[in-house]
Amino acid sequence: MKNEGEMANRPDNTAFTQQRLPAWQPVLSAGIVIPGFVLIGLAFIGIGVALFVTSQKIQVLETDYTGAEQGSPCYDCRDTSVPCVCRVNFSLSKLFEGPVFFYYGLSNYFQNYRQYGSSRDDDQLSGYTSAFTSPSETCAPYQYNSQKKPIVPCGSVANSMFNDSFKLYHVVNGQPRPVPLDGKGIAWWTDYNIKYRNPTVNGTLASAFADTVKPINWPRPAYDLDTTDPSNNGFQNQDFIVWMRRAALPNFRKLYRRITEGDYANGLPAGNYTLEITYNYPVLAFDGRKKVVFSNVSWMGGKNQFLGIAYLVIGSLCIVMSVVMLIVYAKYKFPEDEL
Amino acid sequence: MAERWLWLLIPWRGAWTPRSKANGQEEERHVRANDREYNERFQYADNRIKTSKYNFFTFLPINLFEQFQRVANAYFLVLLILQLIPQISSLSWFTTIVPLVLVLAITAVKDATDDYFRHKSDQQVNTRQSQVLIKGKLQNEKWMNVRVGDIIKLENNQFVAADLLLLSSSEPCGLCYIETAELDGETNLKVRQALTVTSDLGTDVSRLAEFNGEVICEPPNNKLDKFMGTLYWKDNKFPLDNEKMLLRGCVLRNTEWCFGMVIFAGLQTKLMQNCGRTKFKRTSIDKLMNTLVLWIFGFLICMGITLAIGNTIWEERVGRNFWSYLLWDELLSSPVFSGFLTFWSYIIILNTVVPISLYVSVEVLRLGHSYFINWDRKMYYSKRDTPAEARTTTLNEELGQVEFIFSDKTGTLTQNIMVFNKCSINGKTYGDIYDEFGHKVDITEKTPCVDFSFNPLMDRKFRFHDSSLVEAIKLEEPLVQEFFRLLALCHTVMPEERSEGELVYQAQSPDEGALVTAARNFGFVFRARTPETITLYEMGQPVTYQLLAILDFNNVRKRMSVIVKNPKGQIKLYSKGADTILFDRLDPCNEELMYTTSEHLNEFAGEGLRTLALAYKDLDEDVFDEWMKKLLFVSTSLENREERLGALYEEIEQGLMLLGATAIEDKLQEGVPETIACLTLANIKIWVLTGDKLETAMNIGYSCNMLRDDMNEVFIISGHTSLEVQQELRSAKERIMGPSREKLGSGLDEDKTDMYGSDSVFEETIIAEYALIINGHSLAHALEADLEQMLLDTACLCKTVICCRVTPLQKAQVVELVKRHKRAVTLAIGDGANDVSMIKTAHIGVGISGQEGMQAVLASDYSFAQFRYLQRLLLVHGRWSYHRMCTFLCYFFYKNFAFTLVHFWFGFLCGFSAQTVYDQWFITLFNIVYTSLPVLAMGLFDQDVNEHHSLRYPSLYRPGQLNLMFNKRKFFTCTLQGICTSFVLFFIPYGAFFCAVRDDGSHISDQQAFAVTIATSLVIVVSVQIGLDTNYWTAVNHFFIWGSLAVYFAILFAMHSDGIFSIFPSQFPFIGTARNSLMQKSVWLVILLTTVVCIMPMLAIRFLRAVLYPSLTDKVRLLQQATRRQGPQEQNLRRVRRTSSRRSAYAFAHQQGYGELITSGKNMRAPTSSNFVFPVSPPGRVNVATSWIDSMLKKKGDTSNAVAMEKTTGVASGTEMSDRTEPQGQYTQTEEV
Repeated sequence: MKNEGEMANRPDNTAFTQQRLPAWQPVLSAGIVIPGFVLIGLAFIGIGVALFVTSQKIQVLETDYTGAEQGSPCYDCRDTSVPCVCRVNFSLSKLFEGPVFFYYGLSNYFQNYRQYGSSRDDDQLSGYTSAFTSPSETCAPYQYNSQKKPIVPCGSVANSMFNDSFKLYHVVNGQPRPVPLDGKGIAWWTDYNIKYRNPTVNGTLASAFADTVKPINWPRPAYDLDTTDPSNNGFQNQDFIVWMRRAALPNFRKLYRRITEGDYANGLPAGNYTLEITYNYPVLAFDGRKKVVFSNVSWMGGKNQFLGIAYLVIGSLCIVMSVVMLIVYAKYKFPEDEL
Repeated sequence: MAERWLWLLIPWRGAWTPRSKANGQEEERHVRANDREYNERFQYADNRIKTSKYNFFTFLPINLFEQFQRVANAYFLVLLILQLIPQISSLSWFTTIVPLVLVLAITAVKDATDDYFRHKSDQQVNTRQSQVLIKGKLQNEKWMNVRVGDIIKLENNQFVAADLLLLSSSEPCGLCYIETAELDGETNLKVRQALTVTSDLGTDVSRLAEFNGEVICEPPNNKLDKFMGTLYWKDNKFPLDNEKMLLRGCVLRNTEWCFGMVIFAGLQTKLMQNCGRTKFKRTSIDKLMNTLVLWIFGFLICMGITLAIGNTIWEERVGRNFWSYLLWDELLSSPVFSGFLTFWSYIIILNTVVPISLYVSVEVLRLGHSYFINWDRKMYYSKRDTPAEARTTTLNEELGQVEFIFSDKTGTLTQNIMVFNKCSINGKTYGDIYDEFGHKVDITEKTPCVDFSFNPLMDRKFRFHDSSLVEAIKLEEPLVQEFFRLLALCHTVMPEERSEGELVYQAQSPDEGALVTAARNFGFVFRARTPETITLYEMGQPVTYQLLAILDFNNVRKRMSVIVKNPKGQIKLYSKGADTILFDRLDPCNEELMYTTSEHLNEFAGEGLRTLALAYKDLDEDVFDEWMKKLLFVSTSLENREERLGALYEEIEQGLMLLGATAIEDKLQEGVPETIACLTLANIKIWVLTGDKLETAMNIGYSCNMLRDDMNEVFIISGHTSLEVQQELRSAKERIMGPSREKLGSGLDEDKTDMYGSDSVFEETIIAEYALIINGHSLAHALEADLEQMLLDTACLCKTVICCRVTPLQKAQVVELVKRHKRAVTLAIGDGANDVSMIKTAHIGVGISGQEGMQAVLASDYSFAQFRYLQRLLLVHGRWSYHRMCTFLCYFFYKNFAFTLVHFWFGFLCGFSAQTVYDQWFITLFNIVYTSLPVLAMGLFDQDVNEHHSLRYPSLYRPGQLNLMFNKRKFFTCTLQGICTSFVLFFIPYGAFFCAVRDDGSHISDQQAFAVTIATSLVIVVSVQIGLDTNYWTAVNHFFIWGSLAVYFAILFAMHSDGIFSIFPSQFPFIGTARNSLMQKSVWLVILLTTVVCIMPMLAIRFLRAVLYPSLTDKVRLLQQATRRQGPQEQNLRRVRRTSSRRSAYAFAHQQGYGELITSGKNMRAPTSSNFVFPVSPPGRVNVATSWIDSMLKKKGDTSNAVAMEKTTGVASGTEMSDRTEPQGQYTQTEEV
């Protein structure tokens, strides 16, 4: 028989095994919940007011140039089969504070459609030439052209790159004066410097693209995208990268240029302006809309009424709830000794 | 000692079915001794036991096959296959395979460990040694190699290896003694006797080897008390019955050796056949979970269909134009087909609503809870060094939902130890001790014991606290001496003196043993007996009494007497028996003493002690001689021998002189009444199912407070026919519900299923307390189909239900009955093999471990050493487990809905294209890395109320029984919460991102930034939610919650880092997103807003609910917090006061005593160990005795019946007298103490 003094099987007497671990045991008591609600409510109202005021200060100028309606400036350019330029005039009654950002916007455009989004080859875009000769399956039907030559960059996203271009003129004394548009650094730094890499074969970009064809909708091959700036070519083209960062929602805007230089570094002065649009991109077929947006930003980004209002609403609701809870608590609190 | 443990017999509750029908239905069994060739033709089961499922090679295929039979695993396999189809694959293959492989691996490891232990214990059983007669020689063989027809030699204290036919034994007349505790729970010894022809074979191996008798008998069955067969040997037929069988599971006692022939082996033994079918137990939450998973699956399909229809419409209206622009029309020919594909894509995307890690997490939790049970020191019994053990790791939360407890009595509620506790001698009580102020002192472990060192023959284990009795003995007070002399003489105990002074008493009932032991310690040592004499050492002096007659006990007489002649030549009759019986036979001069003794008896009974009255009488030699002649005459007569003997005994047991009374404590396990009281407060109904007889069971019922005098009525059902039982049940029910309600009640019978609700309302409304006691043979009728409902109804109306004299199978049937008709969780607790079937049948089986037998433990789901641990197991561990599991499940479903349904909302904005919102890695890791550990920590450690308060407020247990914490309603609430959260999670970022740009003007509203924002909000929201659900923040919780958040951000930044992108550019396209988006204040403002909107309503609702409809838990929590602030307070322990005043009339053997056996000298060993010369018994005596076994066996069956008859009449008379609450007419009503 076992020795009674021996306790070989005795469980260890530790806080863990005996479930006596020291613990914080919070209770949702009135003393915490009600002041908590008040505090959060107040904080939210504060943030809400700040957001709302900031948002109000931001100037936004938005112009639809789709030309869907008769009489609108670009109505005649609807047919994109022929090159077309149209002009949109607008005037500013006061200084549009800088730096001013120039966006193009598309609506009803499903960049978030799954097959569309996956129709790209990240290997290709990071400059692996192996992916040039055999693009990823996901790129189909923009994988090979009809002659079975690989398309670079392959896939729908690249193929459908936005290709309207804009020029902005400040009309001074009836004379159009071009506003310098800065196209540098409009893409994320990480995208431009890490994600998208240009391959080099024999020292030139173009030779890397040998034996490949340009995307069907593109007027020029990728290594020749920007005729004005040779360093802005290949995959490391700002506009291309901006386009390739797919929008989450069907209505989106993408940064086109910044107005940061020269006389316009402090913003667009009051006056008349003309926007010259090279209208290439067809959207009317799927009932889409194109627009240009001028906007400045604040610490919280662009104009965004939603956040401010949401904060205000939630903050107020918290205050209301705290009052309700206080009343209920005062009225129905059970006596603690009643058990 | 370890090899004696019976756990070697049935190792694990494996998956075998006992009724193996491999070789068709066996009609009749033919076994020829020592003839393996002949026996092998019948392909009987061998003695090997196999409970394991796999071997090394079959493990992987079988285990995988089994695992994929689980719906969830199969579901994920299908998903995996779907994901490999490129057209519909909306997620990468790794999102499914990583969790699936993880889940499969964890389960496989667990199964493998389980099976390993099964193998090990099988091995241990199968390799036990036994001596088998092979080719004329005794050889040691492993158990598994024993075959039917083999002859086996057993030695003392060995376990019987298979069902044997007893051939011969070391004892005279082929007798042998066995202990059947493992089979029926009775610890008293039983006698088996071999056929005379075979017992002559003796120990002669060569003759045994030549033995070639053939047994033709019944096929294997589960009837423990019946055996029918015939032995054909040497052209003779010998009938065989159960009295010649040694069953597997018995232990040979007091018999040096015996030989037996194997009739049934292995799984065909009666023990194994009685083990009931092993069922895989599942908890109700498990079943609910499966239902819910199916529902979720349905919901998933609905969502898929909705989105597929959406896709069809979208493609038709919008997409069509969009395609033509994108030149896609060649890919997707028709919107309907596109919708069809989308359906599958969405099934893949939304698969996370069916939580794959659910099952594995639940298993982990249960395993953890099991370990906490194993580790609990408060359930560790240091005296036997036995910790509690959770043998099944899958049932823990059900411990928090138990409504019915079925308890065995012997060994479970009681220790089966009888202790001589008090006595009253000549009107003076002994046994209590008083302090100097005359107050009674509670006797504890520390109370000093009386020093018996004056007596070299004392039993060291005996404890007595009142020294005045020893003083009285030393003063040689004649009545005190006579008292102990009586105890030393008047019994049927057999002494065994292994070495000088080392006496062991072999008593047929523990009560008798206790009395003789008491006498021994007080200086009247019963040392030896022969059929003719009894030798005592009276205060060190040997005195030999001539034993003239034993007037044995039976349950009609309720007393036994001996007539002895002391050395001085005086003839004396010593009698002990039930007080009521003896008091009627006293000499009138005893009246005053009788009055005082009666007072004392009341006092003893009030403390739950089993009392006996003692009396003696001096006999005149002439009178005795005359009487003896009559006795001899009567005992040789054939007709009405019993009655005539009874009358003769009655004649001489008259005019007795009262000596006093004894009080024996049937020691309850520690803390039993308190535990029962506490469990009753937790609204758990406790039914006692015992193989013991009615009186004993009732006695225990009273002493553990299940039966009380203040109960309105105690019904005893002991009818012998179905009709009687029905009437008794009906009248009981009528009395409880009142005649007016009976109509409604009968309606219940007809409309069983629909009336559950109102039925329980009834149960609640009955305030009066009733008890139901039902006898085994009545139970057999009551369990028939037409009566069972009535039995159940009546029983559920009673506070206490006691079933006595029930067979193991009946125990299981009772449990089954409750299980079937009440949707309640049942728990069975027992210690013996007779409880195995019940333990296996109940939802939860608990075995009392640390006793000799391990059968019950092996069959059980939980085991511990003491009944009182049940309280802790249920109220603390069970409640916590249930609470944790429910909170866990609620949270789990919530989390998965919140996580997954974002995709659903996004579907409306992405052309129903099954575009995922999140990064694929996030989807892969969300459930298994980012959110699994905090909820596991919560599920393992949470304590809504600490253990102390759990025990203090047993009503906290109620929500579990009512299934309030996790049910379909709760499920809907938490999924709804999840859906709302997902809605907020999607639409707040949607609103904010609609036209958002970064503070440097570049765009932010791209897919990837959107994904990161929502994912981050989601992780934060669910972390805050788990924080709210956690009541008990241990360091581990802190670590896991904060750790998970940290790990989320770490992994997020790692996966969005430059380095990993440069290695796998196409696998990690999210490069830089985390940096670019999480640097933005506006993104954080969105996350903060989302979190607050998701959490605040929940917080408000919880707070308001706690204020408006506070649950007991809420109140106790507040109280707990208050006491914590004030520091620990001294807690007053609840003490249960015994209110019983029932006179426990006698404490006696289960069956008729060994009187005849003793006087016949049949069981006397050859005088090797004793110095005494045994006179040869007179021939007449032997004649009386030869029929002993037959008559004893015959009577055994009647015993219970006779008792039952009496009780029936007792009830009848009891119920007639309205002022009597006493259940049994023959007991005197006594005052409450």
